[in-house]
Amino acid sequence: MRPPSTDTPAAIGWSRDDIARRLAQDIPHGSYVNLGIGIPELVARFVPEGRTLIYHTENGLLGMGPSPAVGAGDPELINAGKRQVTMMPGAAFFDQATSFAMIRGGHLDLSVLGALQVSQAGDLANWSTGEADAIPAVGGAMDLVAGVRRVFVLTQHCTKEGEMKLVGECTYPLTGRAVVDRVYTDLAVVDITPDGFRVVELAPGVDFGFVQERTGATLLPPTTRAAAV
Amino acid sequence: MIDKRVVGAAAAVADIPDGATVMIGGFGEAGSPIELIHALIDQGAKQLTVVSNNTGSGEVGLAALLKAGRVRKVVCSFPRTANSTVFPDLYRRGEVELELVPQGTLAERIRAGGAGIPAFFTPTAVGTPLAQGKEHRFFGETECVLEFGIRADFTLIKGRRADTHGNVVYHRTARNFAPPMATAAGITVVQVAEVVDAGQLDAESIVTPGIFVDRIVHVPSPQQESALIAAGARYP
Repeated sequence: MRPPSTDTPAAIGWSRDDIARRLAQDIPHGSYVNLGIGIPELVARFVPEGRTLIYHTENGLLGMGPSPAVGAGDPELINAGKRQVTMMPGAAFFDQATSFAMIRGGHLDLSVLGALQVSQAGDLANWSTGEADAIPAVGGAMDLVAGVRRVFVLTQHCTKEGEMKLVGECTYPLTGRAVVDRVYTDLAVVDITPDGFRVVELAPGVDFGFVQERTGATLLPPTTRAAAV
Repeated sequence: MIDKRVVGAAAAVADIPDGATVMIGGFGEAGSPIELIHALIDQGAKQLTVVSNNTGSGEVGLAALLKAGRVRKVVCSFPRTANSTVFPDLYRRGEVELELVPQGTLAERIRAGGAGIPAFFTPTAVGTPLAQGKEHRFFGETECVLEFGIRADFTLIKGRRADTHGNVVYHRTARNFAPPMATAAGITVVQVAEVVDAGQLDAESIVTPGIFVDRIVHVPSPQQESALIAAGARYP
């Protein structure tokens, strides 16, 4: 049902699939989850055996399933990325006001989003680079970060050009202020704490100093307590 | 006997005046009332304010209405698609105004408008450019921004099936904005693939009760936006 992975092994740290697999380990059985468009959708492939998650897509479906077989799709059964999907047993359809009542009313357990930047205070920028000629488009991102109980970010630690994405202060327009709980990157799992970024786990073969050099704010080292969260 | 059927999309949109605010259902192509939009293009009303989640694809449906120069302002959450340059071109030339609204705030503003609630506070968008210039207030520890309900002169939506009283059921994720939009307009027009007599729909399963619907247009085989675009269609 799913397309073959296009993942390539990372030279250093975790590959994209590895990050998604690592994040999936932290989602409890029975959670109601909204996966953002793009890379966050990978998480669904790596849910550990024995756990069932219920996926919400904000255009109006709870109990979303994977892509349909070729030719078996319905153009009016789509996800928030406007791609055709399927529905699982127990699925439900609803209108936009109800869908966002789920999000804004704190009923969803987890939102997984991509990021342009995350600040040490948990501010998220993921909808606009603020360029003058760009067409601004926000969709449901601001509602998700404001309303969902926990917000995980899945991202590369730095951009392809090597710019830091975990920063002291976001320079791009914000999606929300103090909204991110945890960041999963190719180099580390990082919690947002009242004291700033705290490393929970380092990718295999990656040391703390290497991650600090690629992070735009002070990183706190792992503690036994943080690692157990 | 109550019968809200109107013969033909043209008749259903004939009285939409220049300068009207029109809500148009759909999330991408799912639920987009293409036949009603095309009838609105033919009808010629201009200087419209359109409230819709997106701005259309290709050069059919909503994108064609924009391309025809009929829209003064768009109230929208995601005016970008992979396969349309109509809105971006108009926006960059300064020929259409954009009010960008978070998707949930858009849905709630429409719901509030339809429910007679003039405004509400929400934490969505606090600390972002979309909250700038708006009234803020703390509720406990939570800072919120004031958002206003939206009402329209007309709503154009697509359903799967309606009865003659205007009770409507939808098809899968084509439902999206249609139920709240149906409540928030002076005149709500619904195109449906099937019309049945009152009493033929399961009253327990009705999604939009007929009180919110003014006109039903029977469009037995609605066109699908992606199929039109794949065929290279443009409207008109």
